[in-house]
Amino acid sequence: MRTFDLAQSPLRELNEELHRQTEGSNESKWEVINPRGAHAIAVGLDAPISVDVRGSVGYYCAGMNKKATVTVHGSAGPGVAENMMSGRVVIKGDASQYAGATGRGGLLVIEGNASSRCGISMKGIDIVVKGNIGHMSAFMAQSGHLVVLGDAGDALGDSIYEAKLFVRGNVKSLGADCIEKEMRPEHEEALTKLLADAGIKDAKASEFRRYGSARKLYNFNIDNADAY
Amino acid sequence: MCGIVGLFLKNPKMEPQLGELLSRMLSTMCERGPDSAGFAVYGSGTEGRSKLTLQSATPADDFGKLKAALAKDKAADAQINVNETHAVVSVPSDKLDAVKAMLASDYPSIRIMATGENIEIYKEVGYPNEVAKRFDLASMSGTHAIGHTRMATESAVTTLGAHPFSTGADECLVHNGSLSNHNSLRRELIRDGMTFNTENDTEVAASYLTWRMKQGMNLGEALEKGLEDLDGFFNFVVGTKSGFGVVRDPIACKPAVMAETDDYVAFGSEYRALAGLPGIDKAKVWEPEPATVYFWQR
Repeated sequence: MRTFDLAQSPLRELNEELHRQTEGSNESKWEVINPRGAHAIAVGLDAPISVDVRGSVGYYCAGMNKKATVTVHGSAGPGVAENMMSGRVVIKGDASQYAGATGRGGLLVIEGNASSRCGISMKGIDIVVKGNIGHMSAFMAQSGHLVVLGDAGDALGDSIYEAKLFVRGNVKSLGADCIEKEMRPEHEEALTKLLADAGIKDAKASEFRRYGSARKLYNFNIDNADAY
Repeated sequence: MCGIVGLFLKNPKMEPQLGELLSRMLSTMCERGPDSAGFAVYGSGTEGRSKLTLQSATPADDFGKLKAALAKDKAADAQINVNETHAVVSVPSDKLDAVKAMLASDYPSIRIMATGENIEIYKEVGYPNEVAKRFDLASMSGTHAIGHTRMATESAVTTLGAHPFSTGADECLVHNGSLSNHNSLRRELIRDGMTFNTENDTEVAASYLTWRMKQGMNLGEALEKGLEDLDGFFNFVVGTKSGFGVVRDPIACKPAVMAETDDYVAFGSEYRALAGLPGIDKAKVWEPEPATVYFWQR
């Protein structure tokens, strides 16, 4: 395992080293110490390596991640795993606003709470939050899954497209065009798999409710012309 | 953008370290607000005496004359301590209004940054680390302090446009965000007797809270009311003689993180600002909720 100390060496060096790694790299395990809230740690990775960050990180940790597994043993600032393509990002603590924003693939697991705008404009990423999520989460969410074991804040799924939302706790309010939907066997199956992938054993798919799009905002409605 | 740091000590043993801790916190937020910086320090006070923090663009001239005038007037019982472009004048509280009137008539180029029993405010245009060094923030002690690094959006980069803003005795406010209804609110406050020094939106928020507290509200109540009356983006951190408050607007786009231990409560725009605090690994660290007033009082 390679250990990189951010108190000794600059962040740019760390990211350059991580970018040098390719499929089949001998240096597949990395540890980052003394992150002290630094921005853009382990951003843009493109190899099946694992990176363990010991401490809390700032903005955009693990953004654009491909194939890599990034684990933050602390909390994450705004925009963690933003635009993730594939791989796995795990936050042991809390995540700040817009976690997993615009993500296209991969799995983001937040073991604490996520704040506002979690999964905003998600496009295929799967996000599992063990705690609660804040307001305006899954805003304009296009595809992928957002699973919340705790509660959701105001305006969940506002202007949502085809992402599937599963919430075990209470939803403070639903956003425009977001409704509760029937939990069919295929949804339970998908949810069960997501919970297993996220390593969650103390929650059953049957305890969740499903939310998604009412599909009323999809097309321009001539009756609303005066509103523009 | 802008950066905010705040530290409210619960453990009196840490009071000599206040300036040192705040200057380290402020230093992490330089790139969030590189155009100017400022800080309010609630230090020691003397029963029956008030402090005025003054600022001048020509300090050698203005403060030289003021020093001589105060020395001549034995009855004024005033002490003056010059620190770069600022000076702290201590006077018996019953003479405060007379000193203010004298400053207004004889020293038009001197600006009053703050008045109160404990508060001192220092702010200038410049890179935050340089501003902190210039006033030797690290050597200051006290019970609580609030710092700000500014990236101006709403009004000009000037000393008076820097934060904190103080509009009442021992009160100060710093802001990350921008208010959209500050012009109409300023007009209402002016009608009700409040006065303004700048076109800045944050000054309106500070003045609004002072106005509410003049109506008899405590800081917590004034902040609650502010959530109804102030429109726009804001993270506010507010200080009073014995209190420390935090509030975010309902949309909460501007970043904020807080930490609390048995020794202190701390605020930072980012975790980087808190990472160097003693005992941070064991602190309770959380993101303050939108539209929720947090308030500590000693």
